Amino acid sequence: MTESTMKPPKKALTPVKWMREHLFSTWYNSLLTVVVGYLVVTSVGPLLNWALFDANFQGADASDCSGAGACWLFISQRLNFFIYGFYPDELQWRVDIMFLLLAVAFVPQFIERFPGRKWFGIFGMTGLPVIGYFLIPGGNFGLETVESTKWGGLMLTLILAYIGILASLPIGVLLALGRRSEMPIIRGLSVVFIEVWRAVPLITVLFMASVMLPLFLPEGMNFEKLMRALIGITLWQSAYMAEVIRGGLQAIPRGQYEAADALGLGYWKKMGLVVLPQALKLVIPGIVNTFISLFKDTTLVLIIGLFDVLGTVQSTVTDPAWQNVAVEGYVFVAFCFWIFCFGISRYSQNLERKLDTGHKT
Amino acid sequence: MKKQTIDSKPAGPKPWYDPRVRSLFFQILAIAAVFWAGWTLVENTLSNMESRGISTGFGFLDETAGFGIIMSLVPYDSTMSYGRTFWVGLTNTLLVSAMGIIAATLLGFIIGVARLSSNWLVAKVSLFYIEVIRNIPLLLQIFFWYFAVLGALPSPRQSIEVGGTMFLNNRGLYVPEPLTQDGFGLVWGALLFAIAAVVGIRTWAKKRQLATGQIFPTFKVSVAILVVLPVLAYFIAGSPLEWDVPALKGFNFGGGITIIPELAALWLALSLYTASFIAEIVRSGILSVSKGQTEASKALGLPNGLTLRLVVIPQAMRVIIPPLTSQYLNLAKNSSLATAIGYPDLVAVFMGTTLNQTGQAVEVVAITMAVYLTISLSISLLMNIYNRAVAIKER
Amino acid sequence: MGNPMTEQTQTSEVKSSAQGETGKNPGIIRVEGMHKWYGDFHVLKDLNLTVKQGERIVICGPSGSGKSTFIRCINRLEEHQQGKIIVDNVELTDDIRHIDTVRREVGMVFQHFNLFPHLTVLENCCLSPIWVRKVPRKEAEASAMEYLERVKIPDQAHKFPGQLSGGQQQRVAIARALCMKPKIMLFDEPTSALDPEMIKEVLDVMIELAGSGMTMLCVTHEMGFAKTVADRVIFMDGGEIVEEAPPHDFFSNPQEARTQQFLKQILAH
Ligand SMILES: Nc1ncnc2c1ncn2[C@@H]1O[C@H](COP(=O)(O)OP(=O)(O)OP(=O)(O)O)[C@@H](O)[C@H]1O
Ligand SMILES: [Mg+2]
Repeated sequence: MTESTMKPPKKALTPVKWMREHLFSTWYNSLLTVVVGYLVVTSVGPLLNWALFDANFQGADASDCSGAGACWLFISQRLNFFIYGFYPDELQWRVDIMFLLLAVAFVPQFIERFPGRKWFGIFGMTGLPVIGYFLIPGGNFGLETVESTKWGGLMLTLILAYIGILASLPIGVLLALGRRSEMPIIRGLSVVFIEVWRAVPLITVLFMASVMLPLFLPEGMNFEKLMRALIGITLWQSAYMAEVIRGGLQAIPRGQYEAADALGLGYWKKMGLVVLPQALKLVIPGIVNTFISLFKDTTLVLIIGLFDVLGTVQSTVTDPAWQNVAVEGYVFVAFCFWIFCFGISRYSQNLERKLDTGHKT
Repeated sequence: MKKQTIDSKPAGPKPWYDPRVRSLFFQILAIAAVFWAGWTLVENTLSNMESRGISTGFGFLDETAGFGIIMSLVPYDSTMSYGRTFWVGLTNTLLVSAMGIIAATLLGFIIGVARLSSNWLVAKVSLFYIEVIRNIPLLLQIFFWYFAVLGALPSPRQSIEVGGTMFLNNRGLYVPEPLTQDGFGLVWGALLFAIAAVVGIRTWAKKRQLATGQIFPTFKVSVAILVVLPVLAYFIAGSPLEWDVPALKGFNFGGGITIIPELAALWLALSLYTASFIAEIVRSGILSVSKGQTEASKALGLPNGLTLRLVVIPQAMRVIIPPLTSQYLNLAKNSSLATAIGYPDLVAVFMGTTLNQTGQAVEVVAITMAVYLTISLSISLLMNIYNRAVAIKER
Repeated sequence: MGNPMTEQTQTSEVKSSAQGETGKNPGIIRVEGMHKWYGDFHVLKDLNLTVKQGERIVICGPSGSGKSTFIRCINRLEEHQQGKIIVDNVELTDDIRHIDTVRREVGMVFQHFNLFPHLTVLENCCLSPIWVRKVPRKEAEASAMEYLERVKIPDQAHKFPGQLSGGQQQRVAIARALCMKPKIMLFDEPTSALDPEMIKEVLDVMIELAGSGMTMLCVTHEMGFAKTVADRVIFMDGGEIVEEAPPHDFFSNPQEARTQQFLKQILAH
């Protein structure tokens, strides 16, 4: 009685077998396969024709588009506007540097065992915004000033999402701590703040920031439109951030708090040295997910008149020089967002899986 | 007083080192800060409004609005008050939210289950749908449906016809409106009777099962009764229903029911977008029921259908319902994107036009936010009650 | 006693279509030349076993030897690919009617209890009698209470499984399986997820059950239990039945080297 050399009877996996098992196992599965398959086949063909085979990629203006397929020419002609908005051409290198630094800071995060990738991430959260703060608006170190009204396109989308998430992080931490505080008044204030912002749509917050903020401020003091939008987004986002972080705080076992107390650490040392480092690590996937939502939600700023990437496309698809390029424009924007959001969500799923196993063993 | 008592304790700490005193101090400080901030804001706002000549108070709600609204569920014309515009906006918001919730739930459950299908093609198509739709901003999807799809439809004269009764063009979808005639009461009566009969049958079937163990095909019989009785009554009464079919009058259609493109685009986008999130919730809800549960159920001899109905679904629903309600809330909040394409919802009408005309930002924003706050607080209240009711009892 | 008439007719209908040879009773469970693969992995190799009515069998063997897989094949929680499994004269094939019939007659107790957390203890016990055996609820509840008394936890009937201790939960699981009035009971390591003081209360119930004449197949490492109640002990290793003997012979005089080694390890504890 030694190791058997027998093979399972239905060993060979022929395509026919596979199809029988995965597509036609029962009569309703067969029916579904036929119906869904028909829909897929009839839509994919024309779609490919439109997007690739009949599409126009080269040329100089609208007359080079045949109209039979997609006019990608429109995108390539207007790409500069979609990426930089009205940012002056000759100064766009400043934005390019920021794009490059962004990539340097975050691409390593996707590559496991990239040496020192943690430090790249820390740079992304600290050095990067500081450099951006000086480089993009200019007006110092001999850099020419570029008004924020000229910022737009993908660059503006990234700025909104990035600053929104970065600024809401510390506020969110404070709110989460406040909500778990033992002082009833602090707790009450935090709860009210969090729940009110979470209950209202972002668009009302943006309206409020653009209409009411000027009324709230003393006369003579005012912010630019971009700044007002950022304030609104940050307050709104920090409420969501607080809830994510609270989840992490709750996941830390009581023993950790008690051990810190037993070591004689005060409240802030206990939180800062023991609890928060663990809690924040736990909620990175949650933070990444709220970032994805925020990233998509930044498109709403076009309603209050800022030109984010969707705003720039929306304002050009109606350009009479080009005909019927709305779909091309939307597909382009959709693609930009999809790449970012899908990539980041994959990243957070991987992280979740890793944190998951890290906790069990 | 407080200080005195603490000091009088022999071994008591210095007040600054007493955690209770500290906590009291911080809380008083927090309240003071909030009051100070509130006070400054109010003062600034009042002086700003005065210098801009904006009046205060809720008197504007009774003033004449003077603007038209393209769609309203409650009677409205431009001679009515700003207060009325609030109701128009609110009902429109509720309409599109309700329509969206129904469609998104149906679609989301179908896709979520399809995602787990043993059929490879069906599972992969659902995965594709979920991953594409939920990673694209909702506003972009609304624009796509409104400008690129519905906006590209032909003009009324070249409408797309369905059987000569339904018309689709760039002004909207026109469908016949049913007008009930005299004898229609009979049909309503039959329907009521059928509902009563179904309720009766259900109780009877349950009782019989308790007593004899026999299982009655309640569902099939109920459906049959609900369909057959009203249909019979309809024909007995002599088909007492007429259809007001839309017809081309001048440049546009008249008669029938119109679904304006703004509503259609918003509804489509909201439903499709939310469905992709609901599908994921449904999928993970079903997966959260462990394999041991289905195995135990099968080992007890329950066939697949009953295993699903009695063991898997009741447990999955507990996991599904809380995030599902938060998706409903999101949908209701997202319906405010209506503003971007001009569907007259609460934000577009009230926070948009009414605010612009009256300039009374503080009041209008406060009312609008109060509405959303009410909706979301009442739903989370219901949610808490539900959670407490179904919470699986653990030690 | 349930509704034996309808039950009988249903079963015999399937039986006659399943195979011709009824008449003499060659064993309530017959496994003949059975093989099973997980993908390319050959888990069960040429198993042969006949269990007579009322016989009590203990299966033991090292971890990963395929014990669970084997008894899960008997109520078709796992599919075998070659050979025959005949339970109560019904052969297990792809036919769902056969599978349903067999599962009605075979009760199973799992290592991790697998009670339904959303139902009370009583509802757990009544679920299957009501929906599968179509017993009136009153009767089902009365008989469930009897079984709960037999496993000594009638006072927990209206609690939820999450509120019980592990030993209590496992006894509920046994009562739940018994409520279907099965002819055969399968146990897959029923005590190995329990604390030592709870093991005894579950074993007591199983010993009592064995005394009542139930046909039992137990995967367990409780050698005391095997010695007291088993008619036969089966030792599995590497997906094969290595040795099969009455408990006395099995423990005092094991034939195969692999068995000896296993027993040495087990008893060294
Ligand atoms: N679903 C599965 N897919 C692939 N291999 C499996 C699967 N289930 C079990 N196996 C493998 O089959 C073998 C037998 O598993 P089985 O669970 O029957 O062992 P066992 O004897 O019950 O072990 P234990 O005492 O640890 O419960 C093991 O090697 C296991 O890794
Ligand atoms: Mg096992």
